[in-house]
Formats: sequence, structure tokens, C-alpha cells
Amino acid sequence: MADEDDIILSELDDEELVQQMHDDLYDGLKEEIEEAVNILVERGWTPYDILTKALVAGMTVVGNDFRDGILFVPEVLLAANAMKGGMAILKPMLVETGAPRMGKMVIGTVKGDIHDIGKNLVAMMMEGAGFEVVDIGINNPVENYLEALEREEADILGMSALLTTTMPYMKVVIDTMKEKGIRDNYLVLVGGAPLNEEFGKAIGADAYCRDAAISVEIAKDMIARKHNQMGA
Amino acid sequence: MTNTLTRLLQTRDWLLADGATGTNLFNMGLSSGEPPELWNVDHPDRIAKLYSFAVDAGSDLFLTNSFGGNASRLKLHNAQGRVRELNRVAAEIGREVADKAGRPVAVCGSVGPTGDIFAPMGTLTHELAVEMFHEQAEGLKEGGADVLWVETISAPEEFKAAAEAAKLAGMDWCGTMSFDTAGRTMMGVTSAQLASLVEKLPNPPLAFGANCGVGAADLMRTIMGFVSSGTERPIIAKGNAGIPKYHDGHIHYDGTPALMGDYACLARDAGATIIGGCCGTMPEHLKAMHEALSTRERGPRPTLEDVTEKLGAFSSNTDGTGDDPGPSRERRGRRRG
Repeated sequence: MADEDDIILSELDDEELVQQMHDDLYDGLKEEIEEAVNILVERGWTPYDILTKALVAGMTVVGNDFRDGILFVPEVLLAANAMKGGMAILKPMLVETGAPRMGKMVIGTVKGDIHDIGKNLVAMMMEGAGFEVVDIGINNPVENYLEALEREEADILGMSALLTTTMPYMKVVIDTMKEKGIRDNYLVLVGGAPLNEEFGKAIGADAYCRDAAISVEIAKDMIARKHNQMGA
Repeated sequence: MTNTLTRLLQTRDWLLADGATGTNLFNMGLSSGEPPELWNVDHPDRIAKLYSFAVDAGSDLFLTNSFGGNASRLKLHNAQGRVRELNRVAAEIGREVADKAGRPVAVCGSVGPTGDIFAPMGTLTHELAVEMFHEQAEGLKEGGADVLWVETISAPEEFKAAAEAAKLAGMDWCGTMSFDTAGRTMMGVTSAQLASLVEKLPNPPLAFGANCGVGAADLMRTIMGFVSSGTERPIIAKGNAGIPKYHDGHIHYDGTPALMGDYACLARDAGATIIGGCCGTMPEHLKAMHEALSTRERGPRPTLEDVTEKLGAFSSNTDGTGDDPGPSRERRGRRRG
């Protein structure tokens, strides 16, 4: 209804504004998110606080509802798009202020696998949650992954496979990383329809991610733990 | 002239469809990453054998080896210029096998998703999708396919685009979606929503339904959702042979031929007319399904409890239909109703 559109973001106090941003992320309203980010910047919020308290916190709600079957892919993609709008404003400021990075992920489907829609969804949602994502596409041999991880100074490796015939290749990649002594430098997340937790463990991944929302949750959790360890 | 599938639907109260394409081709030596559609030209003997698996097991129809035969998918292999040829040959081989069967067998031209996401989030538009599907449809038609068979779709926009392509090609069609996310498609479509969507199309399909997804039990719940929507259109059930399991470095589907036989009869009793398998469904499964459908009496309409008892548990508590629409979130809802 018309009168319901009459929210003036700049008239809301900080707490209400952040609440409204969570709602607007949920509804995938990109322009409103961009406007609100700019307002918080003007009010002197640090870019890192805007990122974590307003955007990432809002996307967590979206992720939880996706996991619980309340939201589906189209809504989540719109939310991620709105988040990206806010991120584009914050990114240069985050670099300038030396704020802690969320983390960088290299992602691609494994050699022999050309099914990329799941991988694309994870990439979009990871970006939506504030991670940097380097998408190396489909059909990647082990060398592609290793080269990209080194070049990008990534924190996370994401591998995807839709076929039962290609999922064992994930083990080849992890085994090669072990041989080269670099396995523990990265979080290794695996996903794809035929996989399960047992398989993830069996091949030595850090986690199996059932869907894109869970990938984000696991990545956030594990990166936070890694930062804590480094600080300790 | 009506097509073979229409005639079969007029004279029979159940039809056996085919089983897996990918799983069977991998067993014949297809290496992963290689697009199966290239085999239509490179190994036509193996594709003829694939089709014969279904015909010999008693199938009344089979799908052509053209699932990924649209320009967007073939582009991944730099074969986007071969859409027409690869689809035509897929259907030609099928025509030959079907015409030698000694009984009416329908050649159904498989049309899978483009793999692209629709705008604004993705790059796909309605026009682009129609154009790609139409190009594929013309190839299948030229090769002699009886109908188009649109499958494993998750976005309603893509389903509509495929319907329009069938119209442009002047072909009858069937369409199924894959319900793999808490009883809905990846894009959130429920069984009830698909049942309603097909009736709104200017050229509704001869039959519609579900394929792939999670396991046989989930697929049955989806079929029952179509039935309770009150549809009078023939329903298609093409479920996977169980769920893939990883054992000592190799993978197998846990659905036995006996289980798939039970599933076939449950699907028929629930109201499905065209019954087949999807991933993991090998010739021995199809034979068991044919045997079960031919020899077992129709039973009462199964309940959800009957399904879980015979086929195992569902992957989610609800599927977004019926009195329990599933979980929801209380919204402040100030911007949107």
C-alpha cells in the first residue's frame, strides 16, 4: 500500500534503520540498502560495523530461512544482489580502514563435471555474505585449483560436483594438496547433490555443504575460528 | 495425425517410460565431463543400445539422448553450432529403434534445462530461452521424435519458455520438473503450483509430472500433490532408483529392482499414468517395474504412511502443499504485502 512505502530511511534512528535494512535485505531491495549504507556512513559508522551488524546479520536471517525451506533460490538471489549493492559502497572503505577481510574463496566444479548451477549459487551467496569469490568455472583439473589458490592468496577452496562419477575427483585434489604440504593452509568445502557428510569426511574435506546457505554459514564459522586461533 | 504417445495414452491406463540415461552411458564408457550428446554422432551404436535397453525391458516410450542438447549447455564444449545436428541424430536413432520394436513405442525428444538463471539475477531472458529450446525442438522433430519431453526443470519461466518452443515447432509435448528442495523445485515451485501452471499455458502438455529429485519416496509425495490438485491431465512419475551412496571409492544407488517395482505400482495406485525411472534406473530395474505393473492388481490409493513404509522416509517434513504450508517467518512487512 502507498502509505507503507513512506518509510524515510534517514529519519529512522540507528537501531530502527538496521532493523529496516535486515527487512530490506530479506525483500531484496537493492536501492534501499544502498541508501541506508550511505546514511550509516554519514552517521560515522565504521565500514566494518555496517558490514557485520547491518548487512551480514541481515543475510544470516535470509540464509537461515533458505536452510529451513521458507525462502527459495529466487528470493535468496535477490537478497544477495541487494547485499552486493551495499558491499560495492563499502569495499573501498573497508580496504582503506584495514578492516578484517571476510575471506576469499576459490570455487569451481571438478574435472569431468560441467554442472555449474549449484556452484554459481554458492558463489553468489558467498559474495552476498561479504566474501570475495574467484570463480574458476567448470571442469577443473587439480592444477587449476592449486594455481588459483596461490595466485589469489585465497582462504577457502570450494569444490562442486553433481555427478557420482566426478565426486571422487575431489579426493584427488585434497590428496595433492596434502602431498604438497599446503592442505592446512586452506579451508576445503565440498558440495553437490550426490554428496553427503560421510563422503566429505572420507575424502578429508573440512566440511560438506548441503546447500548454498549452509556453505556461507560454515565458511563464516570456520573463518571466525581461524581468526581466533591466529589472535590467540 | 496424432502421435504414438497420444494414441498410447488413449488406449492404456499405464505406460512404462524409460530409466537412466547418464548412469547407463557411464557404464558403456562415457567419461565424465564428456557431453553425452556427442555420442549420437560418434557412437550411434551405443545410443541405439541405450534405447534398446528400455524397449527390451518393456518400456512404451523412451527419451532421446539430447538432455543437454541446447546451445547454452553445448557451448561449454564449444559445440553450440551443432544443436540441430546432435538433436536430429538423437531422434533418428530413436526412430529406428522404436520402429523395429514390433509394438508402438514413442520416441520422446528430451529437452533439459539451459542451466542458466533468469534475469535480473542471471543472464537468461524469455526470448533467449525460447530461441534455444526452439532450435533444439526443430532438430528433434526433424529426426522423427513423436513428442518433446521437457524435463528436470526448476524455474517456472523456463517451463513456459519450453512450452512456447514446442508450439513454435508445432509439436505436442510433456513436461516434468525436479522437486529436490524440501519437496519443491530449487526455485521454490510446489507440486500444486506446477499443476496450476500447466493449465494456464496456451498449449498445455499431454502429460506433466516429476522426475529426478531426491528418492522414490519424495517423488511419490509430489505425485500425490498433483493428484490432490484435482488435475485430470495424465501424470508422469520418473523417480531416481534410490539415493546414491559412496562405498570404498565407488558409488551406487541404493534402490533395488524390487523397490522400484513397488514404487511403480504405488505411483500407478496414486494416480500416475506414465511411470519410469531416472538416475540409477538400470534395465533390471525397468524389467522389475514392467513385471510389477503387468502382474499386480491395482491397489487402493496409497497414503503418505504407505509410501514411507514401502519406500523410506521423506527428505523434509512438508512439501509446501495442503493444510500445512510449512514454516514461515513473521514479517514486519512494511514495504511489501
